[in-house]
Amino acid sequence: MKKVEAIIKPFKLDDVKDGLSSLGVKGLTVTEVKGFGRQRGHKEVYRGAEYQVDFVSKIKIEVVMESDLVAEAVKVIQEKARTGEIGDGKIFLVPVEEVVRIRTGETGKDAI
Amino acid sequence: MNTGDTVFVLMSAALVMLMTPALALFYGGMVRNKNVLGTIMHSFTLLGIITLEWVLWGYSMSFGPDHGSVIGGLEWFGLNNVGMEPSPDYGSTVPHLAFMIFQCMFAILTPALITGAFAERLKFTAFLLFALLWATFVYNPLCHWVWGVGGWIGRMGALDFAGGTVVHISSGISALAAALIIGKRLGYGSTAYIPHNLPMTITGAALLWFGWFGFNAGSALACNGLAANAFVVTHIASAVAALSWMFFEWIHTGKPTTLGAASGAVAGLVAITPGSGFVGPISAIIIGGLGGAICYGGVLLKSRLAYDDSLDVVAIHGLGGTWGAIATGLFASTLINPGGANGLFFGNPGQLWIQLVSVISTMIFAFVMTLIILKIVDITIGLRITEEDEVRGMDVSLHNEAGYSF
Repeated sequence: MKKVEAIIKPFKLDDVKDGLSSLGVKGLTVTEVKGFGRQRGHKEVYRGAEYQVDFVSKIKIEVVMESDLVAEAVKVIQEKARTGEIGDGKIFLVPVEEVVRIRTGETGKDAI
Repeated sequence: MNTGDTVFVLMSAALVMLMTPALALFYGGMVRNKNVLGTIMHSFTLLGIITLEWVLWGYSMSFGPDHGSVIGGLEWFGLNNVGMEPSPDYGSTVPHLAFMIFQCMFAILTPALITGAFAERLKFTAFLLFALLWATFVYNPLCHWVWGVGGWIGRMGALDFAGGTVVHISSGISALAAALIIGKRLGYGSTAYIPHNLPMTITGAALLWFGWFGFNAGSALACNGLAANAFVVTHIASAVAALSWMFFEWIHTGKPTTLGAASGAVAGLVAITPGSGFVGPISAIIIGGLGGAICYGGVLLKSRLAYDDSLDVVAIHGLGGTWGAIATGLFASTLINPGGANGLFFGNPGQLWIQLVSVISTMIFAFVMTLIILKIVDITIGLRITEEDEVRGMDVSLHNEAGYSF
């Protein structure tokens, strides 16, 4: 099992969610996050005073799946979240040791 | 006594009352979220302190029997002799009490304007003492000089319909003194002081605009044509100044902003205040248009001069008020108000000189007195909260509450 963690542009969330659903992904977790990469931040101006805002708002998606789904999921996320502009985000793959469903106590791929 | 006039003055007093909480929202939205309550608290508390001060001795010092053209006596202490009958000198068709409470709202709003200069760093006890001393020793004498019967600026013939000198120049210049004495907020130059809730600020600006009809039109003290003129030119100047600030900012920084439009509207209201009972609609367009541009220039200048007038009281009220007082000397016309005078553009250059003298004397008096008062407060109880409290924010450190919990 792997966890796919993707940082994406907020307005791409629906596209990515729909793409993953059609792959058979049964659930995902979304967090509003801030950060910077090569895009850096942006400028805000209040009454003529300029401030550099270093952290840009992004969405972090976390989804755990069986390893054989991962390659396709990465492809879908990349397709759906891509604009071609700087700041499209990143995808991280993390191995997952175990999953437990709290209600039933099921483990492993049954719990995903 | 006239029923219509009495209704009008009482309703206007209620409108001006609303301006102080409106200002609390206007300022509250511009600070960081850890200081929103501390900022609102300043304006709100003044509704309490200044009402008490005004009723006990403030009204008497401002409008009571004249002593040497400089101050009213304490003959009307505790509203003694201020009753339901009209006063022959102030609003002779409305109860004296109605005039008194109308003026009370002005006395509350003026120190509230100053609080924008020292937002996010003043001790609450220091604020209370400052407010009381400032109202007593700056506002009351100035109010007497300009509007009290026998006051020397009024006798000189200076025109100030609704408070360009008394309210706006006095608060704007006192704000400059306060910003200089109290010093910059922690992290000035490196921390971004980004307004935490601009919709709150816009709501405040909208309510200020609304209340200002009472401020300016109500200053006619009668429900008549002059009140209608003041109402109309007030609206025109505010509308034009909102556009003017927005367009200058757009040209200068590339984007029009809501904070700019709201600040421009307030700048226009400030600029038209002294002339609202003396100038016509076309003059109001010029006064508002230049008012927005001048005040925008003022906020840019602040960053150059590097004093931390947190919410731009100097640029908007000091500069805007000064422009308004001078503009009154340019655009005043006896066709609008036979009881006033003509300005430079209507053939009376002397009026401009009188306006200048009133502006400069108000500035010197308010600046010096504010410096002295703040020094006294500094020596007795200290001005600033500790660095630790400043970092935690006034809401938690001074008031044990938080503005928002999500």
